[in-house]
Amino acid sequence: MSFLDASEMTGGYGAADILHGCTLKVEKGQIAVIVGPNGAGKSTAMKAVFGMLKLRAGRVTLDGKDITALSPQERVKKGMGFVPQVNNVFPTMTVEENLEMGAFIREDDFSETMEQVYELFPILREKRHQNAGELSGGQRQQVAVGRALMTKPKLLMLDEPTAGVSPIVMDELFDRIIEVARTGISILMVEQNARQALEIADQGYVLVQGANKYTDTGAALMADPEVRRTFLGG
Amino acid sequence: MDLLNAFIAVLNYVIVPATAYGAQLALGALGVTLIYGILRFSNFAHGDTMAFGTALTILVTWAFQALGISFGPLPTALLALPFGILGTALFVLGTDRVVYRYYRTIRAAPIYITMVSVGVMFVMTGLTRFIIGVGEIKFDDGARFLITAREFKTLTGLAEPLAIRSTQAITLVAAGLVVWALFWFLAKTRTGKSMRAYADNEDLALLSGIDPNRVVMVTWIIAAALATIAGTLYGLDKSFKAFNYFQMLLPIFAAAIVGGLGNPLGAIAGGFVIAYSEVAVTYAWKKVAMYLIPGWEPESLLQLLSTEYKFAVSFAILIIVLLFKPTGLFKGKSV
Repeated sequence: MSFLDASEMTGGYGAADILHGCTLKVEKGQIAVIVGPNGAGKSTAMKAVFGMLKLRAGRVTLDGKDITALSPQERVKKGMGFVPQVNNVFPTMTVEENLEMGAFIREDDFSETMEQVYELFPILREKRHQNAGELSGGQRQQVAVGRALMTKPKLLMLDEPTAGVSPIVMDELFDRIIEVARTGISILMVEQNARQALEIADQGYVLVQGANKYTDTGAALMADPEVRRTFLGG
Repeated sequence: MDLLNAFIAVLNYVIVPATAYGAQLALGALGVTLIYGILRFSNFAHGDTMAFGTALTILVTWAFQALGISFGPLPTALLALPFGILGTALFVLGTDRVVYRYYRTIRAAPIYITMVSVGVMFVMTGLTRFIIGVGEIKFDDGARFLITAREFKTLTGLAEPLAIRSTQAITLVAAGLVVWALFWFLAKTRTGKSMRAYADNEDLALLSGIDPNRVVMVTWIIAAALATIAGTLYGLDKSFKAFNYFQMLLPIFAAAIVGGLGNPLGAIAGGFVIAYSEVAVTYAWKKVAMYLIPGWEPESLLQLLSTEYKFAVSFAILIIVLLFKPTGLFKGKSV
């Protein structure tokens, strides 16, 4: 069984369903990327995995344990980390305080984890006494990822981490994400920049109208002429 | 010499009383701004929370006086203050439980909760008057003056007196300590940081595992403590009258908004801005003018506004700020 196994998820915010039997799986230490057109339900699928959406059908298991009924906060304690697309930092708090708040549920000493985050994102160490709201878009995303890493998650979920950053910063962020995965953390990521994201993906999911349209390894999806033509712009 | 006399007159009639008043407003505005920042509504009951807390403190003060307990040269009310804070904190927590919590769980818009706080205000007004009456109560004891007018005159040989009442000095010292403690709490402690995180980004705070109920509870307790301290200091400095506290709501809100709602530093600055403006505008500058310009005797008192209209000053400042800088002097939330 996959490390994260979200099978046949069906549900939505109101009366109408957005997800129609959507299935997402991530192996240990691998990167899974969700791509698809606007309104395909990519972010919704991610929120469903994190418990921010009530499912009418389907189940979510993490490391073999059924977590379908748990609240997002409880899922954080079970080893999930979530980086929302927007409003993902505490703007009037310093970088260091943001990381501390990320570790709020931990009762042990988290200085070592903070050190690891600073090693992963050296710029954050430099700016640790600066308010997160004063940082550039790319730096703020690093704070957001760092905050989520503070609970030592086993699965890190990123909702469009490269939205609104320059191509150079995007490449750098993807490099960091690969580094995070190398430490054994599984990654589930929604991306608007489908081509670049699939390049680093072990597993790719193309969603259309809340259902799996294509599922394959990142490389295979990149090579698939049908996927290229319809979703990657040739 | 005339220059010095003019300076002493300004010090005695404007700067000293306005500084004490400013510190009291600042403490009141801190409570308002904290509730706005964290609980996200304008608490109209804050003035009456101050009155309620002061009334409790006065009752305990009377009990201490009856028992013969005193605090030496300091007012007995300072000894009674912790009890007043405790009672007020319990009362506002009770109010939160039976009133505000419902509106929070249904995620009511801030304006609804503000209107609810108006209802709470009326209940608290009635309750306070019921407990302690509507009349004016003086409850300061201990040493009256740090330096009296006569002492100052014989000491310096100046024509103008300078009197500093002990309550004014106590106000400043107490306000300084309270503000320091509050900022230390918000900046350094885990609970304080979690409150700031909750004020900054509620959803992310919940994601991070911060318990909203705890944040709300601590916020109410701190607001109750600030209100009781501000009210008691004001009562010691002037006198206690329930209606005056209701009226204080305007300068307090003006202070919080001038400083920038939700910004504690702004609340303090705003308190002093309002206090200095209010006192300066309602002071009769005739005497000072006569010192500064020898041979000139103005026919009027050179008073811009009579003291009855002092609230117009806060109101005018409030409108100017809302028109030209709605986020306040410091970076606050727009109203």
